[in-house]
Amino acid sequence: MKIVLQNLTKKFPARGRKSQGEVTAVDDFTCEIPDGELMGLLGPSGCGKSTTLNMICGLEKPTGGNIFFGEEDVTALAPELRGVGMVFQNYALYPHLSVRDNIRFPLENLKGKNKLSKEEMERRVMEAAGLVQIEELMDRRPKELSGGQQQRVAIARALVKMPRVLLLDEPLSNLDARLRLQTREEIRRIQKKTGITTVFVTHDQDEAMSISDRIAVMNHGVLMQLGKPQEVYDNPANLFVAKFLGTPPINVFEGTVENGMLYIGDDAVLPAGGVPDQKVWTGIRPEGFILKEDGPFACQLNRVEVMGRDVSIVSTHSACAGQTVRSIINAENRVDTGSSEVRFALKPNKVFLFHRDTEERILFDIR
Amino acid sequence: MEQTDFEKVQKKSDAKNKIQKAVTYILLTIWALIVLFPFYWMILTSVKSYGAYNAEHTPAFFTLSPTIQNYVDAFTTVPLVGYLLNTVIFAVITTAIMVVVSTLAAYAFARLDFRGKNLVFTLFLALMMIPSELVVITNFVTITNLDLRNTMTGLVLPSVTSVFYIYLLKENFEQVPDELYRAAKVDGTSDLKYLWKVMIPICRPTIVTITILKIIECWNSYVWPRLITDDQAYYLVSNGIQEIRENGFGRENIPAMMAAVVVISVPLIILFLIFRNKIMEGVSRGGMKG
Amino acid sequence: MNSNNKKAWLYLLPALLFLIAFLVYPLIDVFIYSMEEGFNFASQTYFGVGGYNFSYVLHDPYFLQAVRNTFILVFITVPVSTALALLISLGLSSIKALRDLYQTIYFLPYVTNTLAVGLVFMILFQKTEYTDGLVNMVINLFGGSSVDFIDGPYWAKMFVLCFYTVWVVMPFKILVLTSALASVNQDYYKAARVDGTPKLRVFTKITLPMISPMIFYLVITGFIGAFKAYSDAVALFGTDLNAAGMNTIVGYVYDMLYGDSGGYPSYASAAAIILFVIVLTITCINLLVSRKKVQYERR
Repeated sequence: MKIVLQNLTKKFPARGRKSQGEVTAVDDFTCEIPDGELMGLLGPSGCGKSTTLNMICGLEKPTGGNIFFGEEDVTALAPELRGVGMVFQNYALYPHLSVRDNIRFPLENLKGKNKLSKEEMERRVMEAAGLVQIEELMDRRPKELSGGQQQRVAIARALVKMPRVLLLDEPLSNLDARLRLQTREEIRRIQKKTGITTVFVTHDQDEAMSISDRIAVMNHGVLMQLGKPQEVYDNPANLFVAKFLGTPPINVFEGTVENGMLYIGDDAVLPAGGVPDQKVWTGIRPEGFILKEDGPFACQLNRVEVMGRDVSIVSTHSACAGQTVRSIINAENRVDTGSSEVRFALKPNKVFLFHRDTEERILFDIR
Repeated sequence: MEQTDFEKVQKKSDAKNKIQKAVTYILLTIWALIVLFPFYWMILTSVKSYGAYNAEHTPAFFTLSPTIQNYVDAFTTVPLVGYLLNTVIFAVITTAIMVVVSTLAAYAFARLDFRGKNLVFTLFLALMMIPSELVVITNFVTITNLDLRNTMTGLVLPSVTSVFYIYLLKENFEQVPDELYRAAKVDGTSDLKYLWKVMIPICRPTIVTITILKIIECWNSYVWPRLITDDQAYYLVSNGIQEIRENGFGRENIPAMMAAVVVISVPLIILFLIFRNKIMEGVSRGGMKG
Repeated sequence: MNSNNKKAWLYLLPALLFLIAFLVYPLIDVFIYSMEEGFNFASQTYFGVGGYNFSYVLHDPYFLQAVRNTFILVFITVPVSTALALLISLGLSSIKALRDLYQTIYFLPYVTNTLAVGLVFMILFQKTEYTDGLVNMVINLFGGSSVDFIDGPYWAKMFVLCFYTVWVVMPFKILVLTSALASVNQDYYKAARVDGTPKLRVFTKITLPMISPMIFYLVITGFIGAFKAYSDAVALFGTDLNAAGMNTIVGYVYDMLYGDSGGYPSYASAAAIILFVIVLTITCINLLVSRKKVQYERR
């Protein structure tokens, strides 16, 4: 089932008695999620991603815009009529019911011609349980399960009614690091197997990048960029997206373009063809540095961190917007730790220019 | 086809929600009226004149000629001021002693280490289960034998104890981090000074809450004062109102009686409106009436 | 260590003195009183030791009347007030506008003097030679005939007593239940909504099990409280409850102790102990039932 969001907007009345007006949680959000894909909705906390999810789910009514499931406009529809399955951040498993009863719960709500026989219910429950591999836990109560197991039960409960759309709200945030890695692969596997169009909310870019077919980056309620994870990483549309994606994060410098040349400080670091003279923000990915003795870009060497396959060079530069400049280079390179200066050449496709005020991306010709 | 179907279902459930909401508000309002009506009626009756009230065969829901004569009567023909004063004195003394005693005991349980602490505390908790009806008999005899009937001392002494408040305070005291105590000890602060300068200010909200709850309890206490006083000069408001009802203005002067009821009820209602949140929070943490 | 011990006991001393003098000693004493036959209050002497006091109390028609009244009162008011409080709390938690106002109003009976407001109930329900009273006016409006609820037939008096008792205990129950309802994680309701759970099913399958510990708490404390009913009855029917036929067990205890029929602390003690045994039994039964019903709290 394809999901289409059209100019979706949500405004909340401002909190507190004194403040007036409204807070815009989601602003003119438009996107399309193709059938069977997994989309990661990514952004810092408070960016409106959960509100967007709740609107897709039907728990929140949009102030403006429309939501389509396939060709059907579901904007005004109550959640139970939409055929969505939702997994909550804290799983919302009913503590007084066994795993089996928890998973069966949604099926027992069906009425009239949709009503299922006992055997049919049991079959569907076992099928959902099998999908997430928790058959041996069916008679336990949620309290007796580990975080990862609870997560699986929650997914089984969302899947058991064969939803058209599966929604996951920060499903991994309550798990420890190791389990998180395991569970996100699990989610990916289940999603691929069932082929249900899935929207996945997270603030962890690693998580979103690794399992999504497509990611949507949000900030302050506005959709910043939408695309395949690698595309978004390689071609950030603005400074925010560039800074939000990637670990270690991108290095940002104040820079100027003069006569088709990019200057950082006084160093002419890279030719930037086709860009008019102006002040810019320059983002350089950590892997965009090449260690080179006569390279054009000089930084004050701070320390070198060995990471095995790579080494990470921590240095400082007066034009850098952050505290330090972090560059990652192959461990085969030898860094002269005695020297106070380190010089780099830059990979042009790892360097991005952004407008100083609007922070929008400025494309330049790579020669 | 499918779409219109959904729309119909949606509209139907919207309408259902609206009706449900309306029914909810109606039910809530009915209960609110049941709660408020006695208050309205007592105020209304208290401003009706004696003659007018007795002339009404069917009670009137309002009066066009309110009078304060009943209040004047209430204050002049029965010792209402005396009752109020007694109750205030009783409430203040009892509450003050209770707070001091409970704070000291709670501090000992929460902060000091001594042999047998757990045993003593368990016994304390067991005391919470004892119904006051069981001990009131002996207390009555004790106070009588001590010749303390019709004295403020006799009224106050058995009313001071309150295991529950000690428990509540102890729980609160225990939330104050140990580090503060250790730091104070390093600085050479005495326990009493630490209790006074650190614990009490930090736990002030709980102390205020138990103070208010105790004042309410004192204001409404009836059984013990009734047993221990038969001299009007020592009556509290509850006993006073019972006295007024049985011998006061004569059974027929209901407006004056209602004026007295208003005078007795108002102080607590004002206290409640000021400390609404504190009182409700304290009560929901386990306060029981009586 | 030793000085620390001493200091701690010093802090405890005032509380211990009060508790021992007015709680522990009387508790022991009440059992002694109850066994002393023919105790004379004036001379402080007694004839013998035995169970006569209990047998006297259990054969006293006033006591049996009091037990009957108390049981009727308990078994009507506890279920009614708990159910009503649950209904009102559900209503309260489903609305936003005016919620604070309603909550404040509902709490008012808690802070009013039972005796004082009881008088208002008395005049509302009473039928005198001057007026039939407000409640009778309403009854007449619906075509019924006037009843004197204060000095009239037994069921009418019992009705007023139950009504007033419910009115008095509701604030506490509503408060406890609304905070119980508010503490249920909203995600459960959201999950149920996404699954299209009908409202009744949400209530029986989610809300009720989630707040069941609080409901049992209210039932248990409700039973204990209702068995000790006394001042409500005094407020409505005056201090001579035996004459009105509306005495309660606690009322009987006090009557035996003091007042026109008083001076018998032994009988009072026996009655108080009987009351204590009844309350203890009922509480234990309640706890057993709740142990079975409130399952998910079990580890």
